Amino acid sequence: MDFGGINPAVLIASLMVSAVPILLAALGELVVEKSGVLNLGVEGMMIMGAICGFMVAVNTGSPLLGFAGGALGGAGLSLIFALLTQLFLANQVATGLALTLFGLGLSSLMGQNYNGIKPPPTGTLPFGPLADIPFLGTVLFRHDWVVYASVALVALVWWVLKATRIGLVIRAVGESHEAAHALGYKVNRIRLACIAFGGAMAGLGGAYVALVRVPQWVDGITAGAGWIALAIVVFASWRPWRVLVGAYLFGGITVLQLNLQAAGSAIPVEYLSMAPYLITILVLVIMSAGRKGKASLAAPASLGQNFHASR
Amino acid sequence: MKRRNLLATAAMGLTLALGGGAFAQGLEKAKACFVYVGPIGDGGWTFQHHQGALAVQAAYGDKVEIAWQESVPEGADAERVLTQMALSGCNIIFTTSFGYMDATNAVAAKFPDVKFEHAAGFKRDHDNVSTYNARFYEGRAVQGTIAGMMTKSNKIGYIGSFPIPEVMNGINSYYLAAKKVNPDVQLSVVWAFTWFDPAKEADSAKALIDQGVDVIAAHTDSTAPLAELAKTPGLVGFGQASDMEAYKPSPRVSSIIDNWAPYYVERVGALLDGSYAQSDTWAGIAGGEVLIGDITEAVPAEVKAAAEKVRDEIAAGTLHPFTGPIKKQDGSDWLAEGQTAPDGDLLGMNFYVEGITGDIPQ
Repeated sequence: MDFGGINPAVLIASLMVSAVPILLAALGELVVEKSGVLNLGVEGMMIMGAICGFMVAVNTGSPLLGFAGGALGGAGLSLIFALLTQLFLANQVATGLALTLFGLGLSSLMGQNYNGIKPPPTGTLPFGPLADIPFLGTVLFRHDWVVYASVALVALVWWVLKATRIGLVIRAVGESHEAAHALGYKVNRIRLACIAFGGAMAGLGGAYVALVRVPQWVDGITAGAGWIALAIVVFASWRPWRVLVGAYLFGGITVLQLNLQAAGSAIPVEYLSMAPYLITILVLVIMSAGRKGKASLAAPASLGQNFHASR
Repeated sequence: MKRRNLLATAAMGLTLALGGGAFAQGLEKAKACFVYVGPIGDGGWTFQHHQGALAVQAAYGDKVEIAWQESVPEGADAERVLTQMALSGCNIIFTTSFGYMDATNAVAAKFPDVKFEHAAGFKRDHDNVSTYNARFYEGRAVQGTIAGMMTKSNKIGYIGSFPIPEVMNGINSYYLAAKKVNPDVQLSVVWAFTWFDPAKEADSAKALIDQGVDVIAAHTDSTAPLAELAKTPGLVGFGQASDMEAYKPSPRVSSIIDNWAPYYVERVGALLDGSYAQSDTWAGIAGGEVLIGDITEAVPAEVKAAAEKVRDEIAAGTLHPFTGPIKKQDGSDWLAEGQTAPDGDLLGMNFYVEGITGDIPQ
């Protein structure tokens, strides 16, 4: 079963892998934005996660600890953002951009002695005979654990936001921080926790790039993945499962266009390269043109606004 | 007051005249500046240029001050960086990526006293712009020989960066050399449209592997394609721009090493002793600018011998990677029997040779 020389099972399997970093980062950013904070520093947090994860994995020999280190690195950097925006009430857009620039520079400094080193390998999970099922085996049962964890995290975030008290509080803070404050919730503390979660998720995504997908450390390794993650959150109109769709779409198009080239297809590369962005614009136009207008975009009402308890 | 102004002007004029005179006779102390397209830590292209910069420092010690800027985007940013460097007292500026071509010439027009050296380009609009390049395609012929003999699936791959002549030379030379030793060989080319994006480079390698390709040459700057190849035993790859010895003995079975140090040392030296003149340099294996990295024990002895023979014959000048008869992809004639490719054709190459499938993105 081949289409134009491309085996769809292999294609789907590789798009699932290539989408993991942007999926994790976008999922974290979704929670941050749901709490009303716009953190544009995803790229910076991802690359900090990449270098921290890489350093820990190389020094301990354990990829698992590496991922933990990556999450901590991303969360650590995001706390700078939290401090500046939640305590000192700095502008979120400017602080987020600065965080990206800072993260890129700091990671390059930290990674000076880590060029050209190979990290410990993260193996695929053994599913035994399941992996030999035609089609499904290739698509579903030949991945490393992070691929499964990323999908499980989508479900977890969806469930927490939709069905739990914590989720309700996060959404309340993001929709109207005044009202949430009046009800006695500590707006800035809740936001701080969400920012740290977003940082940890971005860090995990970055660690995946450096430990599994590329696997090595080079300066600037995330190469703009954080910005794509930001686009996916908007594309998904702040809904977790749509983040999954968006990440697979963006990841899938990248893999597809490379595969089409390798298979010698005649479709010009340029069209495929711009396709995800065109689709994002289209989705935004269609959603905001609907009867409900801006509301159907589901952007949290307090997104990007700082909160100061004046009463 | 007037007299004082006059004196000051005269003094300034004198300094300028002396300064200008000193320039023609060489310099007491020179500042050499380098513009890099990627980070020094890329382990490939930029890393090698920086090795050259360090060699300049080592060769002349106190007489030379070096400065560099990493990850400078091609385009308008490059022009700003170059202007900044020229204003900050650089005597010679090396711009180390093809995409800096227009920026280099534009800034050179504004600073006639600063020497500009552009890597891989062909535009020398002003007297103070020189160009230099290496005949990487000679190294590609060695790699193609190994690829043709090592492939089991008869499918070999090439990760292209941008469809510029330098990359086209590499693809065609790689393919022709592979075809020579293995007539059944098929080449798949993937265009990554980047010099440096490790994730995309790894994805490109993965796409080729998914298509059954088992030998991959990369024309991008990082080690990511080798890291991707390393995940599956038995696949073959090559170090690009730098030796990439971390991936020895397999998948990296050999490499092309860009050795810029001799050129940089020579040019800065010429500037210091006053013998500097505009030039266009294009040296290869024979000139020492292209080094072939150690061929590892992962390839059988006869493959190694064949590859070394190609290398030595190119160095001796008895073999040219582009020797006719060669047709273009569309079937039209390019080189007649026994004819070798003129440099002009290579510097403007924008076609695949016969046998390569696919279109070149424009």
